Amino acid sequence: MLNQLTISELAAKLGQREVSSREAMQDCLDQIQRVDTTIHAFLSHDAADALAQADAADQQLASGTTHAQKPLLGIPIAIKDVLAVKNQPLNCGSKILGKFISPYDATAIEKLKAAGAIVFGRLNMDEFAMGSSTENSAFGVTRNPWDTTRIPGGSSGGSAAAVAAQECLASLGTDTGGSIRQPAALCGCVGLKPTYGRISRYGLVAFASSLDQIGPFTKDVRDTATLLEVMSGVDHRDSTSVPQPVPNYAAALNGEIRGLKLGLPREYMIGGMNPEVSAAVQAAVKQLEKLGAEIVEISLPHTDYAVATYYIVATAEASANLARFDGIRYGARVEGADPTDLYCRTRGAGFGAEVKRRIILGTYVLSSGYYDAFYLRAQKVRTLIRQDFLKAFEKVDAIVTPTTPTPAFKIGEKSDDPLQMYLSDIFTISCNLAGIPGISIPCGFTTNPKLPVGLQLLGKPFGEETILKIAHAYEQSTGWHREKAALK
Amino acid sequence: MSDFDVKYVAHLARIALAPGEEERLAAQLGNILGYIEKLKELDVREVEPTAHAVPLINVFRDDEIRPSLTNEEALRNAPSKANGLFLVPKIVE
Repeated sequence: MLNQLTISELAAKLGQREVSSREAMQDCLDQIQRVDTTIHAFLSHDAADALAQADAADQQLASGTTHAQKPLLGIPIAIKDVLAVKNQPLNCGSKILGKFISPYDATAIEKLKAAGAIVFGRLNMDEFAMGSSTENSAFGVTRNPWDTTRIPGGSSGGSAAAVAAQECLASLGTDTGGSIRQPAALCGCVGLKPTYGRISRYGLVAFASSLDQIGPFTKDVRDTATLLEVMSGVDHRDSTSVPQPVPNYAAALNGEIRGLKLGLPREYMIGGMNPEVSAAVQAAVKQLEKLGAEIVEISLPHTDYAVATYYIVATAEASANLARFDGIRYGARVEGADPTDLYCRTRGAGFGAEVKRRIILGTYVLSSGYYDAFYLRAQKVRTLIRQDFLKAFEKVDAIVTPTTPTPAFKIGEKSDDPLQMYLSDIFTISCNLAGIPGISIPCGFTTNPKLPVGLQLLGKPFGEETILKIAHAYEQSTGWHREKAALK
Repeated sequence: MSDFDVKYVAHLARIALAPGEEERLAAQLGNILGYIEKLKELDVREVEPTAHAVPLINVFRDDEIRPSLTNEEALRNAPSKANGLFLVPKIVE
């Protein structure tokens, strides 16, 4: 069952010509057939195209191309339905895009292809990445592979569930307020949100442009390092991508974390934490101490304002970004008496409830008379939140927190209460506001039912090497990441 | 929020709402606006706003023609088109 392997394990077997890429791809397709009617991680996939890509990879392997040259050669990787893959559907989990087919590749996708990956499938998500449970998809819920009565997290719920259910070797997601780290935590995989500007967003459908980042979901930290290195770098088609050299991230995974200082923010010890999640995170901190890290209590005094700040900044930017869905140039159109009527009807019929809620909120906080009171004030509080982190990083090398306050909740449990849903992102949101990198790794399980718990490590701007090094040392000393969902 | 007129803001956002939808949204948004009011607790008079976490200034490129979508590719997903153009409802009488 080659679908169960990590990228580095499969690459080794492909390199030895012990197995073929076609066999690996076929195992993924078989697994999708077996489990995805229940899990529903995939909105669609083109099996024939995936196998053709696998055959092409096998030919390259036969003619001597190595994984040193193309690190992802023959590796099946599935994609969140918000990234453009040429000639594949792109719906963002929404009805409004109709039968949209991408005319070009996103830069991150181009880089995966150049590295030899098999890029296949469209993964389910909350509509336009707005949500924390994948229940806001217009195409039905995705189920958590550890307990199919529960949500996989969101908005990249399909990306996390597909990796946890062994339907692909790795996947891509996007993270605006925790949309990679939270589902990674709830499904028991590794998920990284890179520093703002690390990976080009060209070809990513924008939600909140000052917060969005693309990142990988994988089965271990080494695979995350591999994918990050492939996708990183400046791109003239995204003027917010940062011209910072791309290091060899895998080289940082040397297990040596002695003397590193890890900050524990006292504001993250909140009431309402699930006791088993608390216990798992505390045990993980002890383990990091045992590995030689020094634990330091720190303060991030403006933590309590992060969710409110986020819901102003993100919705304001979304209201502007989603103005392009007007029924004129692409997507579904509902005709009207005049252009304004056409826009109103098209958007009224095409957007789901959460997207409407956020566009209307964002329009309000930007509207005349409210801009200073809401949007400008939120941008100023954002400065305070960012300064909290920069100040903390003068004393510590990384910050360690739970990824989420609770394990995966039940489908339907929070879907009628948007504010409660927003508050479930309390530990992940600040990272996007500050623009720093964050990773979630498995750090244990609750007992009954058995649900994954995530540990979050936050790093300095462009400090991915440090958090990957710590995450890898922890992972290798515990082995939580090797546990697999039973999948009845 | 007594002055929050969901109908007016929805029109600014060019979103048609069904009658039931209007009331539900108004209640939920009232709740959320109440929560984000908490930012008023902070004194931000001396604080500069942050628009981007990693600000880059003056990102220029050479003004030269680069490959881009063909007319056919650009129109591929259009809901209505003719003669290489997007079709829209009549704007000028």
